[in-house]
Amino acid sequence: MTLVTLDQVHVLQGARQVLDHVSLELRRGEIVTVVGPNGSGKTTLMRTILGALAPVSGRVTRHPDLRIGYVPQRLSIDATLPMNVARFLSLPRRQSPQTVAAALADADLSGMQDRPVATLSGGQLQRLLLARALLDAPDLLILDEPTTGLDQPGAAAFYRRIEAIRDTRGCAVLMVSHDLHVVMAASDRVICLNGHICCHGAPETVASAPEYRALFGSGTQGALALYKHEHSHTHHDHDHDHGSHR
Amino acid sequence: MIWDDFLLRAGLAGLGVVLAAAPLGCFTVWRRMAYFGDATSHGAILGVALALVAGLPVTPVVILTALALSLVMLRLVSRGQSADTALGVLSHGALAVGLVAVSFLPSLRVDLESLLFGDILSVRPADLLVIWGGALVVVATLAWRWQRLLTATLDADMARAAGIDPVRESLWLTLGLALTVALALKVVGALLIAAMLVLPPAAARPLANTPERMVLWTAVLGALAVLGGLAASLHLDTPAGPSIVSCAALIFVVTRTVARQP
Repeated sequence: MTLVTLDQVHVLQGARQVLDHVSLELRRGEIVTVVGPNGSGKTTLMRTILGALAPVSGRVTRHPDLRIGYVPQRLSIDATLPMNVARFLSLPRRQSPQTVAAALADADLSGMQDRPVATLSGGQLQRLLLARALLDAPDLLILDEPTTGLDQPGAAAFYRRIEAIRDTRGCAVLMVSHDLHVVMAASDRVICLNGHICCHGAPETVASAPEYRALFGSGTQGALALYKHEHSHTHHDHDHDHGSHR
Repeated sequence: MIWDDFLLRAGLAGLGVVLAAAPLGCFTVWRRMAYFGDATSHGAILGVALALVAGLPVTPVVILTALALSLVMLRLVSRGQSADTALGVLSHGALAVGLVAVSFLPSLRVDLESLLFGDILSVRPADLLVIWGGALVVVATLAWRWQRLLTATLDADMARAAGIDPVRESLWLTLGLALTVALALKVVGALLIAAMLVLPPAAARPLANTPERMVLWTAVLGALAVLGGLAASLHLDTPAGPSIVSCAALIFVVTRTVARQP
């Protein structure tokens, strides 16, 4: 099922053209990653899909009942705003204490209901943001630079979590990242963006495309293979799992 | 017992303002909109002058000018570029033009001091009705939008993803702010309204761990400031509006000292 379609979308920010004739489709159950250098329009693309930016030409079509779960890159809560973990999970919709407890257990944050969100570590905050986005049973999960501030093993673990979520819930996942090595291996489809879509396709295809190499060089192949290896090693029965959930 | 009566009315008027100012003041602090309160209240002075010149009822005109000024500001802020300077020009410009306009009026018709510092001791029963009616409208509106307002305050894109329009939520807050400023004009005066929006929430912050508890503490401390300020004003023969704000400042110092820093 197609959740979001962008057709020849053109977005300006001030006078600057940020997105140039971008077309893409997001379908249920796939993990799509947008990679690109700084200023390539990754965040603009994501905000256009969210509806925060309107294209000057082209069309953005969302499925009428589309529920979006959004995980911001970071959350800058003003120091004057008291916000504990439990209260944060009840935004924008109120959740029962049982639901909150279950979501926290799922995110490895058990018993942290009363902790101020501002005191969480980077990894804890990341898992809390994800837990909140999942509470609304989204059809599409959008993550903006989700592993900023995590080390490579932390990032790899986070992407495995995302894969597991996709497998169990069947939602689509759109990630924006400059964390090339790890994220590409965890994706079904990679879109390489630099104002326009340079190339797209399976991670291996994109990684070997000349357009991609022109932007990022060719040094990522090794890391990609490394992740693949480590991945299949730790999740031995990964493909098997896939089958049983479908 | 006329003496008791005017004091009772003053207390009730102050509490009415506190009721509306508690949730709005919290949002003012959370969203760093203190300058908004300033400029809106300066717009209120302009409103009073306009109403008197045109011979129109004061409160509705004040609400409209305060609203107009804050809408212009909202637009400036959303454009982003050097909003700070533009806000300063707008806010102080409105204050100065309002004061000039007031000076053209016969001095019998407008008491500049009460405009700037409030005249809580001369609140009439009809004023009370307006203040409490308006305060209840503000509180009901904010309660209705509460979850959406909070989400939009935390993160605009997070709100958008959930189908909430952050711009629309800002408009609700702006509307509430204009209304509250108009109500509070009589009680604390144009120069000190922003203080009543910012001081009680700042004092309440260390006592609360959720937004709702902070609003409740803000209301409690605000009420304490109103009653304490009125009592001080009575015993020390000081102006009521500034005494209330001084009391709020004192409460801020106490809670920040006694409670653990957040």
